[in-house]
Amino acid sequence: MRSLRTEELILNMGPQHPSTHGVLRLLVTLDGENIVEVQPDIGYLHSSVEKMMEHRNYTQNIALADRGMDYLAALVNEMAILRAAETLADVPVPERARYIRTIFMELQRLASHLLWLGTYGIDLGAFTAFLWCMRERELIMDLFEAATGGRLHHVYFRLGGVNEDLPPGWTDRCREFCHYFLNRLDEYHRLLTGNPIWQARTQGVGVLTREQAIAFGACGPVARASGLQWDVRKSHPYEVYDRVDFQVPVYTEGDCYARYLVRMDEMRESTRIILQCLDQMPDGEVRAARVPLNLKVPPGEVYTRVESPRGDLGIHLVSTGGETPWRVKIRAPSFVNLHALTEMMKGWKVADIIAILGSIDIVLADVDR
Amino acid sequence: MSSGGPEVTRMVRVPADGSREAPIEQLVEVLHRLPGGQILVTSIENVLNWARARSIWPLTFGLACCAMEMMQAMGTRFDLDRFGVIPRATPRQADLIIVAGRCTIKMAPVVRRLWEQMPEPKYVISMGSCATCGGPFYYDNYSILKGIDTVIPVDVYVPGCPPRPEALIEGVLKLQEKIQRERRLTRRLQEAGA
Repeated sequence: MRSLRTEELILNMGPQHPSTHGVLRLLVTLDGENIVEVQPDIGYLHSSVEKMMEHRNYTQNIALADRGMDYLAALVNEMAILRAAETLADVPVPERARYIRTIFMELQRLASHLLWLGTYGIDLGAFTAFLWCMRERELIMDLFEAATGGRLHHVYFRLGGVNEDLPPGWTDRCREFCHYFLNRLDEYHRLLTGNPIWQARTQGVGVLTREQAIAFGACGPVARASGLQWDVRKSHPYEVYDRVDFQVPVYTEGDCYARYLVRMDEMRESTRIILQCLDQMPDGEVRAARVPLNLKVPPGEVYTRVESPRGDLGIHLVSTGGETPWRVKIRAPSFVNLHALTEMMKGWKVADIIAILGSIDIVLADVDR
Repeated sequence: MSSGGPEVTRMVRVPADGSREAPIEQLVEVLHRLPGGQILVTSIENVLNWARARSIWPLTFGLACCAMEMMQAMGTRFDLDRFGVIPRATPRQADLIIVAGRCTIKMAPVVRRLWEQMPEPKYVISMGSCATCGGPFYYDNYSILKGIDTVIPVDVYVPGCPPRPEALIEGVLKLQEKIQRERRLTRRLQEAGA
């Protein structure tokens, strides 16, 4: 009997694809149904943010960081760019503002993870998850809107504090939401965690070992699902993260299911952080006096990092003493996780592309900047 | 046409490229010739527009931040489905493309091709400042397109950065109004000189 002659097929996926979470193009080399190689083609959302930041002062850059970088974690981006500028210029930040910033960054993490869970649910055919997650996300949007005026792009943090104090009754609403959300989180677990279809699609799929995670520089939930104990909030605490008690969830399996569990646990921990911050938050000023809007940052360079919902977000800022940065380099977590994706996908079936791609929670604005 | 036979006046116009018209359009052309048929044509057109306006199926296509608000609009609280807006994953089944977010110069040919792949009648909503004019990426920027209307024709512009889901719903309602006012059949008949 003659053996069947086969050849490799190159499949183009994207940039318009309902499951690419943006405009990612994947060139997938297939041998039958097995993935031989995956080559991401990025740049479809390149917004030249790093260049634009050189022409705007630090206050204007806050608004740009909201939009141009990872748009699902706008407040964390604001924090990243501000942390670099404040470190270099040595700007004092009042205590209350530090707590408010922490609360908002954790709310942002909840919102981002909820959106991830919803869209991942759609990717794997669980539409209910999307509807439930959107329901809770709207409540977070309401909290954001009450305090910052914006739903997605807030421009709330300022050099030396935040724009304005929380509106009356906001802390009670936030606390109420946290307790409500913890119950809903149990509901998600009942819907998905034990679900046989969900487990079949995610367990053991797209494994990234600990060594590979380190080699690729993976960060955030992707690294923590591979057994890497790495969280900037713990290792390089900023704002008030060293004053609150929280765990960093770590799983060793390295598959999609572990990444899902890491994010689910992170949501619980974020809620705990918010509740603690609400209890500890002192009264007082929310914005340092005499910090001009067009602050001149002294010459020098600094690398600071924050933990965005997708991982380790670093800013390398070089200043020559002007009102605008001389150079801003953004170390985007999605970009490195996308690199690790190429390794995760090798050897899996074509139907697993969506499950693996969804599990790293990619945001293309973060990849391309 | 060198068949040599007598010139046959066709009741049904067949386009030069040989593509067949939809049966409803053939029927309309016949009706139009009847006495008082104009009223019938207008009525049929109204019914068609009513159906089109209330089943606008958009392409599942998000570019940037505005796509998040688009998802929220499809989601639980705002529930765009109740206006007949059901997202489709392929341009072949879509009537509407919501350009949600900034479009880069690299992405522009892709958007154009997606729009070309959609069957007529097709509509475009430009959602947000970036899609409308480049928005915050207008100055000092080398990669973002200054408005999606340089690539594809836009029917409704929704302002905002990003627009709230309510704003997108308003945009869809405006598009529904626009579709309801359309006179596609009448215009076709006039163009054909019928």
